[in-house]
Amino acid sequence: MFEKKKDEILHDHNHDGVDRRGFLKCMAWAGTGALCVMQGGVLKSYAMSRIAEMNLADLGGELSFAQISDSHMGFNKAANTDVAGTLKVAIDKINALPVAPEFLLHTGDISHLSKPEEFDAVAQILQSAKAKDVFYVPGEHDVLNDDGKQYLERYGKGSKGNGWYSFDKKGVHIVGLVNVMNLKAGGLGTLGSEQLEWLADDLKALKSSTPIVVFAHIPLWSVYPEWGWGTEDSAQALGYLKKFGSVTVLNGHIHQTMQKVEGNVTFHTACSTAFPQPAPGTAPSPGPMKVPAEQLRSVLGITDVNFVRGQHALAVVDSSLA
Amino acid sequence: MRRRVSVVVAVAVLTVAGWSAGERSVVAEAQGTPNASVAPSPAPATMEVKIDNFSFGPTTITVAVGTTVTWTNRDDIPHTVVSTAGVFKSKVLDTDEKFSFTFSKVGTFAYFCSVHPKMTGTVVVQ
Repeated sequence: MFEKKKDEILHDHNHDGVDRRGFLKCMAWAGTGALCVMQGGVLKSYAMSRIAEMNLADLGGELSFAQISDSHMGFNKAANTDVAGTLKVAIDKINALPVAPEFLLHTGDISHLSKPEEFDAVAQILQSAKAKDVFYVPGEHDVLNDDGKQYLERYGKGSKGNGWYSFDKKGVHIVGLVNVMNLKAGGLGTLGSEQLEWLADDLKALKSSTPIVVFAHIPLWSVYPEWGWGTEDSAQALGYLKKFGSVTVLNGHIHQTMQKVEGNVTFHTACSTAFPQPAPGTAPSPGPMKVPAEQLRSVLGITDVNFVRGQHALAVVDSSLA
Repeated sequence: MRRRVSVVVAVAVLTVAGWSAGERSVVAEAQGTPNASVAPSPAPATMEVKIDNFSFGPTTITVAVGTTVTWTNRDDIPHTVVSTAGVFKSKVLDTDEKFSFTFSKVGTFAYFCSVHPKMTGTVVVQ
């Protein structure tokens, strides 16, 4: 099914050097631990096992960061009675990546019950990460009981409103959005008009060639509305992002990897470091999914992201903890 | 001497009689007063709603005014019980935790889980 030989451009319909079919095939390989890199208009893939032999700097990679998600510190039911242990394994894995990530993104549900000791435990475990900068967005489990006050105290420095913000790294513009506040009955995730106005303004002055990364907890595309896996007003946000040549959207919440490419936008969700959830519609509800103990680490994971200067899309690679 | 004794006895008898009568009347009173548990109108009733598998069960319940509804979370994920009209709001409920609310007014009260907003329910109070 995966033809390792055909890893170069076959069809260049948009004359922009990107073969959509090839890119999608590459993204499918990502689940097995492949690295997809755009270089000189050619999309190439490399098996993770070969990465160790190569010098990735030769590939021209310029920015590297990792995403973790849904650590749910405090969860202790059958699906995983040691979420601290699996988070540690995830950090060890990140520390062992062939290209050291400059920073980490945590796409939310840091804690399970918004308890201070849960946030403290995550902070302690992250101290062993070689990458010292960690950027967060909240999940719905992080803003229980207090409308997100504690979350903002811990992670909201420099942010606006309920905790949205942006920053730049090596010419890549990174935006953290909050879509877990003020959720309405029967609804999905929501960004709200204040945040959308801020986003429009934040992106206004940027050149369309600026690579953009957007990260938020709940998926910004409609993965499975029946389970609340979507954001009501994300279309407006995506409208503001239309002018950019390279947009990468990183989300969490669904505890499994999923990707979609739409125009210049690559959507990607990460695994949880705590417990998996069922694929859309395959279970009565999206609750924690129990797997045999020896399989647990294979359904948890981290995501490695590499930006190659001058190229089109960021290389997004998932790897499981085992 | 005998007369004094008889007066004392008479007083004692009367006192005993009065005491017995008093007791009987108290008993009669207790039996006569309408007791709350046997009254025909709805008593402080209770109703249970189970939270499990990301849903409220039963989703819609109909209760009488004065009923106390108790939600129990049997799911392995925390949930909340929040009235859309702001009438009641639980703190976050972990597995086996409960929230109760007494409905003192007639009406239809829609509610949802603020953590997983697709979970909705209704309490109809008549």
